[in-house]
Amino acid sequence: MTMTVAFCSWCGKSSAEGSHSVCTQRLSMIDPPRYCPECARRMVVQVSPAGWTAKCSRHGETTSPAITG
Amino acid sequence: MTVAPEQVDVLATAREQVLERGEGLTESQILEVLELPEDRLEELLELAHDVRMRWCGPAVEVEGIVSVKTGGCPEDCHFCSQSGLFPTPVRAAWLDIPGLVKACEQTVASGATEFCIVAAVRGPDKRLLSQVRAGIKAIRDAGMDINIATSLGMLTQDQVDELVDMGCHRYNHNLETAKSHFPNVVTTHSWEERWSTLTMVRDAGMEVCCGGIIGMGETLAQRAEFATQLASLNPHEVPMNFLTPNPGTPYENYPVVEGAEALKTVAAFRLAMPKTMLRFAGGRELTFGDLGTKQGMLGGINAIIVGNYLTNLGRPASQDLDMLTELSMPIKALNETL
Repeated sequence: MTMTVAFCSWCGKSSAEGSHSVCTQRLSMIDPPRYCPECARRMVVQVSPAGWTAKCSRHGETTSPAITG
Repeated sequence: MTVAPEQVDVLATAREQVLERGEGLTESQILEVLELPEDRLEELLELAHDVRMRWCGPAVEVEGIVSVKTGGCPEDCHFCSQSGLFPTPVRAAWLDIPGLVKACEQTVASGATEFCIVAAVRGPDKRLLSQVRAGIKAIRDAGMDINIATSLGMLTQDQVDELVDMGCHRYNHNLETAKSHFPNVVTTHSWEERWSTLTMVRDAGMEVCCGGIIGMGETLAQRAEFATQLASLNPHEVPMNFLTPNPGTPYENYPVVEGAEALKTVAAFRLAMPKTMLRFAGGRELTFGDLGTKQGMLGGINAIIVGNYLTNLGRPASQDLDMLTELSMPIKALNETL
């Protein structure tokens, strides 16, 4: 199943509109995703020392590569 | 003709007062250090490093932290993305016991000797204390040999006693900033209320961990004031955070503290507290980057949070551990005193 990336997971706005360079930088450095990329709902995020999990009430849970791996 | 009194260089004074005698700088001396021009930064960092090595030694305490209760906090700490009073993207969450044990396992795997359980609350209620008690028991039952610290907001004496009974050896409660600046940062409780919790913790025999955040609009004089106030508390550990401007908070548009200024602050805090554990905590990734982190370790820091923070991510623990190896700084052994 391919996930639709319609929204920015840092700011929650449409991925197609505006610049998301700050969002991309923050996501690559210090922030886990906060908004569901499919529906822009705020997700319940749990950060742990080695990773994070982010849960959307509609689209389920995403886990950081560090934990998955 | 009037001859101006000879100006004594503050670093020369610090060399004798702090390095040789182990006496921290006074507030006015700390301010002088903070006002030093950038071309003296290298000299300052070298001195701070010498002080750390002389009075604390080469070992570095490594710690992991986790949030057991995230978001929905009733307090209005303006820097915090977990306040329920600001429109931040952080949603409330509780970590269950298996999740807490797993977080501790991740911390142990990194070689850390300290694991801090943190909650975003004004103070703990019965449910939270019960969760922490069960979490500590589960960690012990799993056979993990690691010191456990907690950070659960403001405490009553009964709660302090309960934490001691649970085996919590250190309690974190940050004063966050200078007393004179605190009302600009938090309005829902006072600096004095925080101080009261810290004295109860200390009197109960737990180690006191108390620091704050640099870059919240405080002046250099207020940074010096803050360092002096921390020194007067004589905490076991001072975590130094640098503001991460988080979206939705009143400080979301504040600038990130510039690296050289942050390094100078670290060194000044070391000269204010020569024998205290100074820990690199949140915000260092944005403020320092990789190079600055190493400079900080060579400029007074002797403890570090590895891995992720409470709501933000850190760099991989392995990267910090490799850095410590490169710097020939051994990780502090369990129960060793720095």
